[in-house]
Order: sequence, then C-alpha cells, then structure tokens
Amino acid sequence: MSLYGMQKFLYHLNRDPRVQSRFRDDQAALLAEYPLDAEERSAIERGDLGLMYVLGTNGQLLMHFAAYLGMPWAEYIEAMREGVSRHGPVRAGVYAMTTGMDEKVAGV
Amino acid sequence: MSLVFAAVCSHAPGITGRAHLADPALRDPFHAAFRALGDEMREARPEALVLVGAEHFANFFMDNMPAYAIGMGDEYEGPIEDPAWLGIEKTRIPGNAELGKRIVGEVMETVDVAFAEEWKFDHGLIVPLHFLTPRFDLPVIPVNINCQGPPLTPLHRAWAFGEALRRAADKAPERIAIVATGGISHWPATPDSGKINEAWDREFLARWQRNDKAALLSYRDGDIYRDAGQGGFEIRTFVCLAAAARGQGTIRHFQPIPIFSVSATLGVMELA
Repeated sequence: MSLYGMQKFLYHLNRDPRVQSRFRDDQAALLAEYPLDAEERSAIERGDLGLMYVLGTNGQLLMHFAAYLGMPWAEYIEAMREGVSRHGPVRAGVYAMTTGMDEKVAGV
Repeated sequence: MSLVFAAVCSHAPGITGRAHLADPALRDPFHAAFRALGDEMREARPEALVLVGAEHFANFFMDNMPAYAIGMGDEYEGPIEDPAWLGIEKTRIPGNAELGKRIVGEVMETVDVAFAEEWKFDHGLIVPLHFLTPRFDLPVIPVNINCQGPPLTPLHRAWAFGEALRRAADKAPERIAIVATGGISHWPATPDSGKINEAWDREFLARWQRNDKAALLSYRDGDIYRDAGQGGFEIRTFVCLAAAARGQGTIRHFQPIPIFSVSATLGVMELA
C-alpha cells in the first residue's frame, strides 16, 4: 500500500504542466519515480478513477485528475460509484461515500 | 489604515464549471449577488485583498504541510485546473510582496505561519476572484488554512490567526479588504457531491452572524465530519474572518444548490 505515493504523483501532475507533458510522453519513467504498488500503477495507467477512489485517494486530488483527463462531471461521479460497487467501501482517508448507490443527490 | 471590508463566500468549482447544469432560477441570482459583493468591496476602495482560503493541494502537500500560509509574491497564477472544466481561463493575478511580508512579520508575533513567494491558485481562490475582481486588477495576498490534510489546526487557533491578521492589517497604512472563502456543510469530490445539511448550515451561519466566539469554537471535527462532511472542515476560514472583523455579520445570499455541491453563501461582516 503506497497511497501516499499515488497522491503525491497526482499532486505533481495536477499542478505542473511539465509533469503533464511527461505523463503524455514518458509515462513509464514518470510513474517509476513514485512508490506505487501494481494495483495503484495499473489504476493510474488505465485512468480507473473508481479504484483510485476506493484506495483512499484524497477526493480533491482525484477530482482535479478527472478534470485533467477531461471527464464530464456525471461520468466522474459515476466512476466513483462503480468503484465502490466493484471494490467495496473506501479504504482510507475522509472522502468516504455515505449515500446509497442509487441516491443521486445532485441529479447525476 | 486597516480593514475596510470583510466578507465570506463560497468557492466550489461547480459555481463556474457546472453553471450550465444548474437551474437558472437558482444560479443567476447567486451569480448576480456574487458580482454585487465585488461591487460592494470595491466601493470600500481597497488597495489589497487578503483572501483567506482552504486550498486543495495546489501548493501544499503532506510532505510539508503548513497549518497556515501567507503569500509574499508580486504575481500569482491560476487556475491549476483545466480552464474548460472550471470555466475560468488561466490568468495572472497581481500580488504585493512587500505588504505580504509585513503581514507575515506581524502575524508571526502570535501565530507561526509559513510564507510562500510563489502560489498557484486553484478553484478555492480563483472562483471568488472571478466574481469579486473579474478583471483581476486588485493585488491579492493569498492566505491558506489547511483544511485538507489532517491533522488540522484547531478552531481556536483559526480564531487566533484571524486576530493576528487583524492586528497586521491595523499596522498597515494600506486600505485592506479581507474575504474568507470556504464551504459550510458539503461532501465534495465524492459520490455524495450535492449532499447539503441545510439545517446545520443555517445554525452555523446564525452563530457566525452574531459573531458568537464560544459557539463558533464549540464545534468538534468528529461532529463536523458526521454532520457537515469533510468539506465542513473549511468553516475554519469563516471562523478566522469573524475574529478579524469582530463585528456582526449579515448574510447577503444563502441558497443550497446541489449541482454546485454547497449552499451558495455570501455574507459581509461589520468591522468593529
């Protein structure tokens, strides 16, 4: 478990255009610089926000990653729900899901 | 001089980024009131804006997280977010390094604070500026209270920090506006986004309006997390503002807007 490393990668990616360039052009070398386990690395490579959410990624870091990926809002929200559906409750942090799976409080 | 204007406001990214998904009947009056708050601020003829926010990992991370930070740059940039996603173009925001340095020096007399000569604004600061200073022509002194990465500073320290900011403003010859921005109850960046505890918000704002220090400081993070979500930790900015302004507050706008993930809130506080 290297949640800290995954979050630090997102922190750098979200704020630094140079890291964004490397994520596009030199992704393997970039990710090798962070202490990621296989599950985390795979989730990042696949843009699997649902799994990253369940692993305990800070919600703000994940939301900005979704913005970077250009995910529409409804798709991003649904990805987190699907993550909980597939992998179970959020495992760490303070961004747990407290609503029901079909409880779309904002209509999305 | 000292403070010439004090206010609080929301900053949720949906306010601009998801404006197209909102009911115009709720969105338009809020946006208009937000711009009017900017007009009201400018009528006080401030020379600088101390903007107290709760950032979201744009500048500070868990490798070196300050409880409090103040900007000392002559220029800042933002937003870090994709402009199309946030609905705000990337821009440069004027600062005032010399004033920032003086404020840091005075605050340090009572509160240990980090300083930063560079600062990238995220939605937490740029959304308020988009409405308050749409031409980004007023020098900003960015201020951050860590509300993201626990352990978080206790509320009584946020109050002490507000007192320190006021003391620093009192010693400055400039006319200074102070605006604090945070959510009240909200569960942002989760599938719960849009969940709002309106009753909790109204009770908090009642305490804030009468500047009831004891009542404001009586909240506990465990209760906040249960009743107001992890976003509720951002009340630290409102508490700080109350300590700085010292007067009674007036809510200019309050309307829960789920697609914005918050109760859209604007308020001013008398300077006493």
